[in-house]
Amino acid sequence: MTTVEVGLVPFEEALTRYEPVMGLEVHVELSTATKMFCGCPALFGGEPNTHVCPVCLGLPGSLPVVNGAAVESAIRIGLALNCRIAEVCRFARKNYFYPDMPKNYQISQYDEPIAFDGWTEVEVEGPDGPERYRVEIERAHMEEDTGKSLHVGGSTGRIHGAEYSLLDYNRAGIPLIEIVTRPIAVPGDRAPAVARAYVQQLRDLVLALGVSDARMDQGSLRADVNLSLRPVGTAALGTRSETKNVNSFRSVERAVRFEVSRHAGILDAGGRVVQETRHFHEDTGTTSPGREKSDAEDYRYFPDPDLAPVAPSREWVDALRATLPELPAERRRRLQAEWGFSDLEMRDTAGAGAVDLVAATVAAGSSAQTARKWWLSELARRANEQAVELSALKITPEDVARIQALVDAGAINDKLARQVFDGVLAGEGSPDEVVAARGLAVVSDEGALTEAVDRAIEANPDVAAKIRDGKVAAAGALIGAVMKEMRGQADAARVRELILARLT
Amino acid sequence: MPGPELTDHSAAELSQALAAGETTSAEVTRAHLDRIASLDGELHAFLHVDAPGALAAAEDVDRRRAAGEPLGALAGVPVAVKDLLCTVGQPTTCGSRILEGWVPPYDATVVARLRAAGLPILGKTNLDEFAMGSSTEHSAYGPSRNPWDTARTPGGSGGGSAAAVAARLAPVAIGTDTGGSIRQPGALTGTVGVKPTYGGVSRYGIVAMASSLDQAGPVTRTVLDAALLHEVIGGHDPMDSTSIDAPPPPVVEAARRGDVTGLRIGVVKELGGEGFQAGVRARFEEAVGLLTEAGAQVVEVSCPSFAQALATYYLVMPSEVSSNLARFDAMRYGLRAFPDGVELPSAEQVMAATRDAGFGDEVKRRIILGTYALSSGYYDAYYGSAQQVRSLVARDFDRAFEQADVLVSPTAPTTAFRMGEKLDDPLAMYLQDVATIPANLAGVPGLSLPAGLAEDGLPVGFQLLAPLQADDRLYNAAAALERLLLDRWGGPLTPPLVGQVDSLVGPVGTPEVRA
Repeated sequence: MTTVEVGLVPFEEALTRYEPVMGLEVHVELSTATKMFCGCPALFGGEPNTHVCPVCLGLPGSLPVVNGAAVESAIRIGLALNCRIAEVCRFARKNYFYPDMPKNYQISQYDEPIAFDGWTEVEVEGPDGPERYRVEIERAHMEEDTGKSLHVGGSTGRIHGAEYSLLDYNRAGIPLIEIVTRPIAVPGDRAPAVARAYVQQLRDLVLALGVSDARMDQGSLRADVNLSLRPVGTAALGTRSETKNVNSFRSVERAVRFEVSRHAGILDAGGRVVQETRHFHEDTGTTSPGREKSDAEDYRYFPDPDLAPVAPSREWVDALRATLPELPAERRRRLQAEWGFSDLEMRDTAGAGAVDLVAATVAAGSSAQTARKWWLSELARRANEQAVELSALKITPEDVARIQALVDAGAINDKLARQVFDGVLAGEGSPDEVVAARGLAVVSDEGALTEAVDRAIEANPDVAAKIRDGKVAAAGALIGAVMKEMRGQADAARVRELILARLT
Repeated sequence: MPGPELTDHSAAELSQALAAGETTSAEVTRAHLDRIASLDGELHAFLHVDAPGALAAAEDVDRRRAAGEPLGALAGVPVAVKDLLCTVGQPTTCGSRILEGWVPPYDATVVARLRAAGLPILGKTNLDEFAMGSSTEHSAYGPSRNPWDTARTPGGSGGGSAAAVAARLAPVAIGTDTGGSIRQPGALTGTVGVKPTYGGVSRYGIVAMASSLDQAGPVTRTVLDAALLHEVIGGHDPMDSTSIDAPPPPVVEAARRGDVTGLRIGVVKELGGEGFQAGVRARFEEAVGLLTEAGAQVVEVSCPSFAQALATYYLVMPSEVSSNLARFDAMRYGLRAFPDGVELPSAEQVMAATRDAGFGDEVKRRIILGTYALSSGYYDAYYGSAQQVRSLVARDFDRAFEQADVLVSPTAPTTAFRMGEKLDDPLAMYLQDVATIPANLAGVPGLSLPAGLAEDGLPVGFQLLAPLQADDRLYNAAAALERLLLDRWGGPLTPPLVGQVDSLVGPVGTPEVRA
């Protein structure tokens, strides 16, 4: 079947005629110590084919044994997604030939997933503030990862046209949880943001559960975006495309937008969307066809006779439920209330990745607002300059709280505080050590201050006259002059008191 | 002990002689290796003989014994292993071209247990390719021959192990039984073969044919030897998720007891009537009579679903085969073949060319059957219904075991058949397993015991079946019957070939007749 190239329809225009329906499949690589069915380390990278054994190489005669820790992680993810947990479930073999799959079947789950019938709620920004959408989870199931192929020669980096291929089975057998949504039909203009928010939420959730490092750039969290369009006002689902391995949150959003435009172009031209796998291109934000996936592809699933059914006891499931950590969305809501942040402030804090940092700073004694102020302005600027994450800055929440405490005590002012940040970030020691070493303490010698005030009044007779006439607001100019003379190391409030005492 | 006699002794006798210092493991092992050297050219029971490895292991056991180390009952008794089990240092071909020359980097659990128990491994025995067949004629390396008549097959798939034990090339051997591959060759060669309860012996390192049916077990000349070997290889293995995590049944104690007084013996109506050779039926009925005389109580039981067992087996087994054998694709090990006339073949083309060149017809037939049975749209009708019938077979067993302690039948419908006789008629070949398959479908243990010679002068097998994890019942009843049959036949049944060769290598002592 040849695909006719047709034009793209701008996203907004497409939405006037079609509504998108999405399905998201997210693979999460678990950070268990060992692989899903053997004792090899489940580590990213490593010299090729060093984290392997007869089992994960699928050598003749080898047999799988289920990793209990992976089952535990799967159940915890299921519970965090409000799923029901199967009382008994089985592994199934998904049969297809591919060189990076050692047994030419993948041990997965088919009609008996460990977790099913769940939901989660995501938040996206609307014109009138945050909007919440419920995403239904069809299932979360366990499976083993495949190895990796490196195709050498040829231009595409894919198997077709390559001169030869190298196989690395280090990844083969690493436990994966695949989380599949039910069809998501939200207002079309929200679809890209909802898709992104959902994947982001899953990332936050598995991080909070501590079950995966969820690095999209390393492939430990991989998203497939299924999308179809249907004419506005109709109910039947259109033919879907499956865009594989979309490797960043932003790409999830872009993949949805692109596929809406592409499908609309085909449908407008009277064409039929082909059900196929597509690849997303980060550089152009477009997708291109992968191998065609027709209904003829038959994985011949059947229960894996090498493995006993997994039957998590209700006691175990309840025990795991009791140990679930507070999940990211709930926690944000609770912290926002505790901190008294506005929606906007909270969103900015979360967006900057500063929720944990602010929380730790508050725990170390700061007020929430001052903690937010430092992290989101002063420190965010520096992180930006260094092009690192906020959390990667060489300063701890305790340091930030200590600097604020020095400000509150009048030992330094905000301007000096910035120099303390410089010192701490430069590795000069703790805030107190920096204050001492750089001589940054506010001058509290009343004699020196009084002399400086007198000199300022003398040097600015016009300003002094205004203050005497009751224009107290003019005092700022004199305060500035004193601070300048004291090279910033004065308590501005005290300077103001001294000026007013002289002139009123 | 003088040299030539050594190969006539049972493992239990050798064990005693070794413990008493009357012989050494090196001596016993060398005697068997010599016999292999003189006879296996004709029999082709072995695909690979590891004389240096076996002798080194034997000398090691002798050293340990001399040093006073505590050793297991079979320490020093050599063993042959079916070439379906992974062995470090010895090729594992599964009787297939596709694995020609492959030497596994790990030992099957059964092999590791044999080594740990001090049994020198003589070599790897022949089998139908990937254990698919009932005659060894499907071995890519040529068939094994039956020591009772070398124009006939020793049965299969484990014909190599059975022929080796029958011809005294090895005192004991390991087989595997998916639908009868230990028991049917046992019947055809006059040896004892046991398929333990599914999960009783680890499958780790045994190249899978049909995972839900495969089970390794002993191939021996006496019931006690089988129990001693069963004890060595059985028991829980954490590397096999289907391994039973419970203490193994007390098989050795049962084999030494051999008392059928009051035992309820159930003759299975559906196994042994139509299509069974007259001489096979005669020996079977005679054995039932001996058991009755010895105090057993005989009842007839009916297992109606057994009529569908063969058909069910030929859906379940090929389905699992089609998936289990997918891994043989030239990417990581074994044969790599290239398609003709293709300049730069793709991985997919190399896979196809390799599988075409590397698998024999019977293997391809089963892969195709299984692929079809698992296909979308056919799964429910084939694999799905087969699994339902499987549970009916298990239910029939449950009901039968309410009426009887053990069930009995002839093991195979005929005595050893001629080479080539059934090779072009797969269904006739499949019917060899009609009486053995129900046990595999339900997972219950089964034992085949030589019950004398039929009208054609060839051995007949008597099958005993017991409930799950009651393997000891098999050994108890079989030991009693073995004793009765030795009395009836005046000694153990010895294939003519044994006499022929003995005249070549010198005089042999009269085998001990047990009373």
